[in-house]
Amino acid sequence: MSTENINTIPCRKMFTDTLLELAKKDRDIVAVTTDARGSVTLDAFANELPAQFVELGIAEQNAVGVSAGLASAGKKAFVCGPACFYVARSLEQVKIDLAYSGNPVKILGVSGGVSYGALGASHHSLHDIAVLRTFPGMHIVLPCDIYQTKLLVKELIDYPYPVYIRVGRNAVPNVYENENVEFKIGKANLLLDGNDLTIIGTGETVYHCLQAGKKLREQGINARVIDMHTLKPFDKEIVVKAAKETGRIITVEEHSIFGGLGSAVAEIVSQNCPVPVRILGIPDENAITGTSMQIFKHYGIESEGIFAAAVMMCK
Amino acid sequence: MTEENKNIIKELRIQAEKIRRRVVEIVYSGKSGHIGGSLSSVDIETALYFHVMKIDPKNPKLEDRDRFILSKGHSVEALYSVLEAAGFIEDEVLNTYGHLNSILAGHPTKKVPGIELNSGALGHGLSVGVGMSIAAKMDKKTFHTYVLMGDGEQGEGSIYEAAMSTSHYKLDNLVAIIDRNKLQISGKTEDVMALEPMRERWEAFGWEVWDAEGNDMESLVDVFKNIDYGNGKPTLIIAHTTKGCGVSFMEKVPKWHHGLPSETQYVEAITEINERIKKLNEE
Repeated sequence: MSTENINTIPCRKMFTDTLLELAKKDRDIVAVTTDARGSVTLDAFANELPAQFVELGIAEQNAVGVSAGLASAGKKAFVCGPACFYVARSLEQVKIDLAYSGNPVKILGVSGGVSYGALGASHHSLHDIAVLRTFPGMHIVLPCDIYQTKLLVKELIDYPYPVYIRVGRNAVPNVYENENVEFKIGKANLLLDGNDLTIIGTGETVYHCLQAGKKLREQGINARVIDMHTLKPFDKEIVVKAAKETGRIITVEEHSIFGGLGSAVAEIVSQNCPVPVRILGIPDENAITGTSMQIFKHYGIESEGIFAAAVMMCK
Repeated sequence: MTEENKNIIKELRIQAEKIRRRVVEIVYSGKSGHIGGSLSSVDIETALYFHVMKIDPKNPKLEDRDRFILSKGHSVEALYSVLEAAGFIEDEVLNTYGHLNSILAGHPTKKVPGIELNSGALGHGLSVGVGMSIAAKMDKKTFHTYVLMGDGEQGEGSIYEAAMSTSHYKLDNLVAIIDRNKLQISGKTEDVMALEPMRERWEAFGWEVWDAEGNDMESLVDVFKNIDYGNGKPTLIIAHTTKGCGVSFMEKVPKWHHGLPSETQYVEAITEINERIKKLNEE
């Protein structure tokens, strides 16, 4: 890892710090949580803006419904807590009160994927993309580093749709060098150009995709690497172009291999420009327990696993 | 009761009967609907829309309007008929109920002017009402939020999450009403899953609880008049109603939860309601 990639701030902290900064100038911004102000890193928000903070105790269903009511009455509601609970316990509220009713609440799902790796499958959220993709009106974003997270929060404030944002628990290496980069919900970013194959990542896997792409280049394989930060609305154009120009695609996600990024890519590729697609993710099993990195390595969704899959695909 | 109040009650009763007639008409012509719970809730919604709430049918998004949420979304035929009578929707629109791709789905949606929330799955409305009420408090706005729930709906655990937060945040600008018709789809509520002691349960959650005769306009108007919107406590009205109220052969019969009237039954129901309207006009 090169030194410029080192970062000690988790994305959840960048999210809430940015939100607090913006909320000081906009009293309609409201943060809602469910006894999770510590794990979300909302303590500063709660202390500095108590009038814009709503604590609801351990009650995710109520929290999502209350957020819908706040949004309906003109508030810019951000409901924040562990991803595993918001896309399971309160799923019907997300479906009806937010997506179906069109209430533009933002759900910040922290410690998503296998961030709570050691805590077991109850605390993993490896189904969230699959489920939420099927809700009309729901948008989904997985930022990959702190810079993108900061840009995302700014765009979310007046974004007129409900959005699910998933970030991890730990600090992750930077993908971008600073916040002076392009970011727009629904528009994927091309990180590395190449025509031998395409590697598409989302959220925390993007860094590993980029590392793998750089290593492949040293081996003479020119990989295209795409940061698919938005899972919905999905950037179809960049995928079709990649399929046409590179002929093979690998997708990498901290999610079940069913219904997530890989499925979204395969749906587009198979109907527009059929080429081989290899889906890397968590297989149909309760993920092993361990640290995020141990689990990433175990399932081959870190740079070495991606590199090996790419070499195999290019043979 | 003063002469003026007597007239107000009389007009509300006539309005409720006309809405009741419309409910029977659209369920019959649209060949769908939850008629029993619609008929039990007609008087409550009539009192709200024609006497209690500050609303403007010509400006359904008026910023400081009072909010109404139909949490028992399956009783939407009553709400559609109320919205027509109040002027939120035209009669041609209401006549599309049950037609392919009508904006009037079998449960409420915001496509319909005056509807605040898409509902239908039970146990959602109170939480959303809590959010609206918190927003009102944050902005020092004076609007009130009314949430109508079913009694069968009281089985949903999310209601009690919402009930806790309502008193925790001292939301005296929120009024919940339970349409206590004592029946749900499978039979008597007390046989399916006992809900009593309802009053004591809600009082234990920190609510101010009132009982009303939910199909008696005088009782409803009286209870709404007595609500204290400044006492730091949310209000619950247990509206004791009769499922299928106003159509004798439907009253208290579980199958009319979502039964559809035959032509003969339709004529019988309309005749009964018309006679009542005639009598009220003659009073």
